[in-house]
Amino acid sequence: MIHSLFLINCSGDIFLEKHWKSVVSQSVCDYFFEAQEKAADVENVPPVISTPHHYLISIHRDRLFFVSVIQTEVPPLFVIEFLHRVADTFQDYFGECSEAAIKDNVVIVYELLEEMLDNGFPLATESNILKELIKPPTILRSVVNSITGSSNVGDTLPTGQLSNIPWRRAGVKYTNNEAYFDVVEEIDAIIDKSGSTVFAEIQGVIDACIKLSGMPDLSLSFMNPRLLDDVSFHPCIRFKRWESERVLSFIPPDGNFRLISYRVSSQNLVAIPVYVKHSISFKENSSCGRFDITIGPKQNMGKTIEGITVTVHMPKVVLNMNLTPTQGSYTFDPVTKVLTWDVGKITPQKLPSLKGLVNLQSGAPKPEENPSLNIQFKIQQLAISGLKVNRLDMYGEKYKPFKGVKYVTKAGKFQVRT
Amino acid sequence: MSAAPAYGEDKGGSAGPGEPEYGHDPASGGIFSSDYKRHDDLKEMLDTNKDSLKLEAMKRIVAMIARGKNASDLFPAVVKNVACKNIEVKKLVYVYLVRYAEEQQDLALLSISTFQRGLKDPNQLIRASALRVLSSIRVPIIVPIMMLAIKEAASDMSPYVRKTAAHAIPKLYSLDSDQKDQLIEVIEKLLADKTTLVAGSVVMAFEEVCPERIDLIHKNYRKLCNLLIDVEEWGQVVIISMLTRYARTQFLSPTQNESLLEENPEKAFYGSEEDEAKGPGSEEAATTALPARKPYVMDPDHRLLLRNTKPLLQSRSAAVVMAVAQLYFHLAPKAEVGVIAKALVRLLRSHSEVQYVVLQNVATMSIKRRGMFEPYLKSFYIRSTDPTQIKILKLEVLTNLANETNIPTVLREFQTYIRSMDKDFVAATIQAIGRCATNIGRVRDTCLNGLVQLLSNRDELVVAESVVVIKKLLQMQPAQHGEIIKHLAKLTDNIQVPMARASILWLIGEYCEHVPKIAPDVLRKMAKSFTAEEDIVKLQVINLAAKLYLTNSKQTKLLTQYVLSLAKYDQNYDIRDRARFTRQLIVPSEQGGALSRHAKKLFLAPKPAPVLESSFKDRDHFQLGSLSHLLNAKATGYQELPDWPEEAPDPSVRNVEVPEWTKCSNREKRKEKEKPFYSDSEGESGPTESADSDPGSESASDSKSSDQSGSEESSSESESEDQEEEKGESSESEQSEEEGGKSKMKKRKKVAEGQGSSSDEGSGPSSSSSESERTSETEGEQMEPASWRKKTPPSGKSAPVAKEISLLDLEDFTPPSVQPVSPSTIVSTSLATDLEGLTLTDSPLVPSLLSPVSGVGRQELLHRVAGEGLAVDYTFSRQPFSGDPHMVSVHIHFSNSSDTPIKGLHVGTPKLPAGISIQEFPEIESLAPGESVTAVMGINFCDSTQAANFQLCTQTRQFYVSIQPPVGELMAPVFMSENDFKKEQGKLTGMSEVTEKLTLPDTCRSDHIVVQKVTTIANLGRVPCGASDEYRFAGRTLTSGSLVLLTLDARPTGAAQLTINSEKMVIGTMLVKDVVQALTQ
Repeated sequence: MIHSLFLINCSGDIFLEKHWKSVVSQSVCDYFFEAQEKAADVENVPPVISTPHHYLISIHRDRLFFVSVIQTEVPPLFVIEFLHRVADTFQDYFGECSEAAIKDNVVIVYELLEEMLDNGFPLATESNILKELIKPPTILRSVVNSITGSSNVGDTLPTGQLSNIPWRRAGVKYTNNEAYFDVVEEIDAIIDKSGSTVFAEIQGVIDACIKLSGMPDLSLSFMNPRLLDDVSFHPCIRFKRWESERVLSFIPPDGNFRLISYRVSSQNLVAIPVYVKHSISFKENSSCGRFDITIGPKQNMGKTIEGITVTVHMPKVVLNMNLTPTQGSYTFDPVTKVLTWDVGKITPQKLPSLKGLVNLQSGAPKPEENPSLNIQFKIQQLAISGLKVNRLDMYGEKYKPFKGVKYVTKAGKFQVRT
Repeated sequence: MSAAPAYGEDKGGSAGPGEPEYGHDPASGGIFSSDYKRHDDLKEMLDTNKDSLKLEAMKRIVAMIARGKNASDLFPAVVKNVACKNIEVKKLVYVYLVRYAEEQQDLALLSISTFQRGLKDPNQLIRASALRVLSSIRVPIIVPIMMLAIKEAASDMSPYVRKTAAHAIPKLYSLDSDQKDQLIEVIEKLLADKTTLVAGSVVMAFEEVCPERIDLIHKNYRKLCNLLIDVEEWGQVVIISMLTRYARTQFLSPTQNESLLEENPEKAFYGSEEDEAKGPGSEEAATTALPARKPYVMDPDHRLLLRNTKPLLQSRSAAVVMAVAQLYFHLAPKAEVGVIAKALVRLLRSHSEVQYVVLQNVATMSIKRRGMFEPYLKSFYIRSTDPTQIKILKLEVLTNLANETNIPTVLREFQTYIRSMDKDFVAATIQAIGRCATNIGRVRDTCLNGLVQLLSNRDELVVAESVVVIKKLLQMQPAQHGEIIKHLAKLTDNIQVPMARASILWLIGEYCEHVPKIAPDVLRKMAKSFTAEEDIVKLQVINLAAKLYLTNSKQTKLLTQYVLSLAKYDQNYDIRDRARFTRQLIVPSEQGGALSRHAKKLFLAPKPAPVLESSFKDRDHFQLGSLSHLLNAKATGYQELPDWPEEAPDPSVRNVEVPEWTKCSNREKRKEKEKPFYSDSEGESGPTESADSDPGSESASDSKSSDQSGSEESSSESESEDQEEEKGESSESEQSEEEGGKSKMKKRKKVAEGQGSSSDEGSGPSSSSSESERTSETEGEQMEPASWRKKTPPSGKSAPVAKEISLLDLEDFTPPSVQPVSPSTIVSTSLATDLEGLTLTDSPLVPSLLSPVSGVGRQELLHRVAGEGLAVDYTFSRQPFSGDPHMVSVHIHFSNSSDTPIKGLHVGTPKLPAGISIQEFPEIESLAPGESVTAVMGINFCDSTQAANFQLCTQTRQFYVSIQPPVGELMAPVFMSENDFKKEQGKLTGMSEVTEKLTLPDTCRSDHIVVQKVTTIANLGRVPCGASDEYRFAGRTLTSGSLVLLTLDARPTGAAQLTINSEKMVIGTMLVKDVVQALTQ
């Protein structure tokens, strides 16, 4: 399936290659570079490129391109999904998925890639299995290894590989047994000019951090499970149990993982926690325009809205902006034409606003469209959909774990058209 | 390199990357030599005894390989270390070997013996990795060794090694395709493997080596379907995609007969299986089901595939979701495809690459099945931050989804897009508006006006694109749009984009009669600027000139000649040709007269309006989700998705001998103690020790333990079954005598008994097939409540015994045979409970508390007078409907009291209230006079007591009938412990609780009468209870699965309090009323 993999950085250097079958020359990447040039923007490089002898399937992650070479028919999502899994694994091992981290740990990267694919077909992709086969690098371990000569590579088959629960390794031990769940909800919305909602939806995830000894069997129940409209599960969740009782029952992987992601049924009205008043205008035949936005809270369930950032992609003709914020700070990058306003918290007494003048390229026609505003915010201790965890029960182990649930609401793809 | 000539070809490509390194080096000779020096110290390090130095050296070498540098000269030094004790050194040596062995085959052979030793290692990881490297080094000389190693590993104890063997198969095949036959044998063997670990890999090997050998799949089909949910994600994708192809060759198209019989999936088939299994009573149903197969009936295996893949839509992996989506799109009946939309929309939140692929597929699907995505229209709205390629795909989907009702919103959205800064996207939006306008006549004028407004846009690209689209739209109804054409004509002064100019000229030429004054003027202007125009514009100028010459030669003769002369000397030969050709045609000359007479017809022939259609149209002949679909071109190795067969191939090929399975799984159990985690595929996975069974999923463990008892105690069981059977028969006859009053029923029973023996003989030869059908039945039952499971015979049994017990089992299915009030019930009750005891050995308490299964008596659906001789009754059988657990299964009894046969009995188009759905019974071809027949149909009442109205059609007549369920039939019993009951009850207080006080009459104070009465009125299961005067029952409503808990607190005095807790308040209230009525009567 996957023939070869090339890692390419943003300046177009191939800094790592790995082949699972016969070697494919680096020159195959020229087709990719060609497509990249044509696309102008990194986001617009087509994920699948057809070349005379091969197909290239690529992903773009953290300013790196993962380009895989395929020779025969294969579902493209299969490869894309796998490449993302590789990037996730690097992230997991080295804390970041960057060129420097990969270059520093090139041997581990190579060992990982060797384990993850056999003849181009995925072999072991579960992080728990990989971690038993190849231990992640830590400073302590590298010191110990250099003294004792022991290695990072495990010499027995990871227990997970053979069990029915490949995601969990056996013999996990913790002194403090803890299970934390983060319910994170994101509001995706498009708000039109007049402030009415064109489209709004809540997407949520439950991320878990489980540090429990032995083989705990957890079941998590909700006060209002019917809110969840469309759910996707980590493989550890027993689907039948959810179907029949709406309870999440699972033997968790060890460590951090995403338990479920869900969508709240779209029939429900979504509370939009902020509103934006805006007036952006460009004068005809003059080289300036006015810019004025104000943000205020709305339906915030009595919680403070914090971490507000407004990002605006200004039209190409904008040269510079002279603005004064009543709160926070702003930056305008004249090259990318991106205005970022870091607002911080909203205090209802005094609404934050950003006002000022826009300098336009003289002589150029005024922009047709006002830019849309992308808004980020965060509300702690609130799941905007109203989802509530009822209880967490543990079976199979004797100790009493420490349990915790945290709720956060964030803006997802939250866009205000102006 | 002595072996080079023989393998030169293979190496050609691989030597490539190495070469440039050398190529560069001579240019800077210094580096070249220092390179050698560096390699020297690496060699030294590799030669030492210290593992740490070796490791350091290997790490540096691997780093070189990773950067694409050549390290092949170190081969001899590295290969020596292949037997190194240090595992990490060893692994790195393997990495090196795999990379360079192909180039240095002779030296690579030195390492082979080490791997051969490794293959015998007691550590499974070492065995596996030895096989992996051995099969990866691509040295053709060792093909026989590889073959042997693969064969051996294929029967290894460790499933991990077997998995590696499966991986090695395609490697060997690509090295030497002559080994195909032998490899197929190994694949066949591994396909029979029952571990989830192997399944994905072997199917992958199958796809690469012998995708045409579909026959290898037959025997493993059901197993693969059942294991699917436990296979790792990558394997799932491959298996699903293979099974899609398989299903296309083996099953009939679910859509072929849709008009004839809208929906008739599994029910009929399963129904007949159950009947066979259960014996004489429902024999009639079986006989009717058989001929009914002629109209479309979904093969149960087809249904199995659809059912087992559905939960995977919830997978976290986009690839799996897509695979299931394409499976449903290609295989499912129309009505069921809709489920995939939600999951696909979910994927739109994922990485942009995933979005890209998913949107491509959605675009194709939305052309065929627009309705599926309509509810999610807004999810395809475009954000200004989306990458352009995503925007354009979303636009495509939005356009496909636009219809009469949603077009205003869609157009409003488009309006905002037009003002976007992304010009490519704006152009695409204008195209999209054009497509909406052509597809939806109602908005054509609105769109056209909008586009005309765009003509005054400042951006030329926008204007040009609008002109092109307007041109296409105008072609559909030119007459009314003279004004627009005039407007366009004015634009020729300003617009510079050639395509737009060409479009305008063409329009004016084509409709010059509508603008007689302007057209010559435009030609005049164009003649002036002719030499400066682009080629396509020039061609259109010639065109315009010719058309004007023909219609208005007085004004334009000279102009035309001028243009033609200019064109005659143009640089482009195309234009010269065109000019010459046109001149000959339109200007009458001596010899060309014949043609020029028809010139007008030639040039001004009415032209069909262009069809604006999606570029995704007809892309669905590629399997969705495939690379070929994405590229819209056949990729190498793409397997065509075959068309549905006309006639279904023999379904019995998928049958597997059951006893063999049990044997296998027993052995496997001892060896590996494996069990699938979620798929409770009783048939295959076999019994397991309950030690590691998951406590959570009760139903799964239930079934497992029943299985266990099934195989372990099969001998004692069959004995007791024999006894049971005798008892059963006697009680049966007793009953029928006692209930002599019901002559009709008795008659039916006699018929049934008469047929029973014949069917025994009939099914004798096909015992193996019926058996495996039964396994498939057990598989089918997975989701049903435990009460149902007790009726499935344990898989370990031999066929005849199973047959007998199934004859008996029918006893409590033939609904009215057990009349609750008659004394005989005590016998039959105990009989039923004994039977249950056979399989539910682990919970002896439950059976004794079980209520006898029986519904309310027969009700009339159609009187024989009204039905012109056809009398129809129905009963609620209270047996779970096999196709859909949400359906109430209704037994319909037809009897023909006329003297002509009634033909073609089927259900006509039902007009159902929202939410209610019907699963019809298979058409009954003919009902001879005096004969009666029972058919089973499923109705999903949606937890309401609304009547289901439908038509009962014969060949000649239609009868309107309706079935209204008593509230008690809308639920199915659940079994729970006292504690569970209390817990659940605690949750359902307040509004969800209904209480009623009543006084029990004297006749109704004994235990079993109360239980009897309650269970007759409502299909609830009894819950064990400590207190003697308290009765508890529990059930779940069929559709929503909400709990219904019934508590009856009876005082010795006769006063009693009835409490019902249920989320469904309406059901609770109605049930209270019914129960009180039943108890107090």
